[in-house]
Amino acid sequence: MSTASFTGPDPAGSSTNTAETRKALRNHRFAETLAAWSLAGPALVLLVILFFLPVFAVFGIALTDWQFGASTLSFVGFGNFKEVFSDEGFRASLTNTLLYVAIVVPGTIVLGLVIALLIESGKSLRAFYRAIHFLPFMATLTAMAIAWEALLHPTLGLVNQTLAAVGLPTANWLRDENTVLPVLAVIGVWQNLGYAMVLFLAGLKSIPQDLYDAADIDGADLWLDRLRTVTLPMLGPVTMFVFIVVALRAFETFDTVQVLTRGGPGHASEMLLYTLYRESFEYLRTGYGASVAVVFLFIVVALTLIQARVMDKRVHYQ
Amino acid sequence: MSTDRLTPPSHILRHAALLITGALILIPFVWMVSLSIKPPGEIFRASFSFWPEQFYGIENYTKALTEAPLPQYMLNGIFVCTMIVVLQIVVCAPAAYALAKLDFPGRNLLFGMVLIALILPHEVLSLPLFILGYQIGILNTYAALIFPYIVSPFGIFLLRQFFKTVPDDVIHAARLDGLSELGIVWKIMVPMALPAIIAFGIFSVVGHWNSLFWPLIAVRDQGLMPPPLGIMAFKNEEAGNDYGPLMAASTLVVAPLIIAFLSAQRWFVEGLTGGAVK
Repeated sequence: MSTASFTGPDPAGSSTNTAETRKALRNHRFAETLAAWSLAGPALVLLVILFFLPVFAVFGIALTDWQFGASTLSFVGFGNFKEVFSDEGFRASLTNTLLYVAIVVPGTIVLGLVIALLIESGKSLRAFYRAIHFLPFMATLTAMAIAWEALLHPTLGLVNQTLAAVGLPTANWLRDENTVLPVLAVIGVWQNLGYAMVLFLAGLKSIPQDLYDAADIDGADLWLDRLRTVTLPMLGPVTMFVFIVVALRAFETFDTVQVLTRGGPGHASEMLLYTLYRESFEYLRTGYGASVAVVFLFIVVALTLIQARVMDKRVHYQ
Repeated sequence: MSTDRLTPPSHILRHAALLITGALILIPFVWMVSLSIKPPGEIFRASFSFWPEQFYGIENYTKALTEAPLPQYMLNGIFVCTMIVVLQIVVCAPAAYALAKLDFPGRNLLFGMVLIALILPHEVLSLPLFILGYQIGILNTYAALIFPYIVSPFGIFLLRQFFKTVPDDVIHAARLDGLSELGIVWKIMVPMALPAIIAFGIFSVVGHWNSLFWPLIAVRDQGLMPPPLGIMAFKNEEAGNDYGPLMAASTLVVAPLIIAFLSAQRWFVEGLTGGAVK
């Protein structure tokens, strides 16, 4: 793709290659560079101040024992990281986060895919169904967490009432260390499945009709046959993409933990971002908090790099 | 894709399945609204019915609006989101134009920086940004809620993609007409990329209206809190026992985006799934 060269539609011109035109050309180049940097300058400065310096600062702080407000600090090398990984609370937080992601990602993908397939399999009420299932994704999670808390209330909640009415055992969902994490994961699936659904719907639209026709000729008459031979294989790349995006969102879960459990009971629902927040801003253990942030950053960057490779593959498919 | 090849019974099955999953998805919303119009007595009697025997909505919503400074929270949210999205476009559109249409040394480096910044999760930056806010003395002000977001790597990226599709001839013609480069950005590029601007605006507003993490760090004053933080404070004050007003407040916080979404569904889906789909 060409750029709209600053020199106008006739850059080198048909004129002879005299020193004068070259000089004029250089002036134009200089003017274009100047214009570009003055247009991009504010964004560049802000990117440096608000993104790049902070990232370096996080790495720097993670190597110190600084506590916010303290006037002294000393260099402790990787001491914080050693402390982080030997800390029972942090290990619980990491394990919980991985477990949470391991429930939310497959749950979201399977439900999102099934709903997308159901919506695409007919023509009527598509927009209506899409809207309903997408609703939780854009609703304020803090407020919806409060609604979930009411649903899960041990005595007044709809969940326990329903279970009791049909004779099933009830539980104090958010205060029981065995149920709290799965329940948060259910809320995570509830919130994200609409997002997965929309991505799958886009993926389904891009499958060429030819492939279905070819499958027909090959005798794939049943809906299930076409699903197995055409739809699912063609959705492979989209599925990988959904996998990564939902995993990233699941790793970044914070609101439900903060509003509903504050990591409790014990460490049963503590997750990485909540640990990061509490250590950095409630306990003001700045150095420690920064090293949690570094660990978190490594996980997210690793996932994103995988995503970049997947996206490359997706291009090759087409 | 699939042409209508389902037989009538499977059509009925399709609707049945989707109505069931849809109903399950909606339960938290329905329960929230239901509790918001029930008197305390009925909430504690715990019945299955959606509609209360005694309509208590007026009392609950009045309490939500007066006991918590909910109107203040909403105004804070509107102000902060508007400032963020306007500043983002002001900062990002010229940079995106330079990256898309101008040739200059350092362009690849700058674009590389945008891509790296795109990867960084904002929560990781919160500690240094908090210290920065503290140093320049703006913590616990509106500025603290806004400043980390005035440049959006995603905004630059998205607008650059769109600006690239504008034909070069349009830009040359504008230059011949005597427009400055900045003039071209605002009078030519931005109007032509309006769909991208709207999609990005929705992405930004939804994200910041709903966000809890940074506001929790940046402000302590009730008068400055955006809706999610405000409603969390309200919940903690009420010790979570006065469900009626709490649910009324939750409903009021969720309502604006839901209404906007339902009236402009296509735009929201486009904006929130953004670059992902394409």
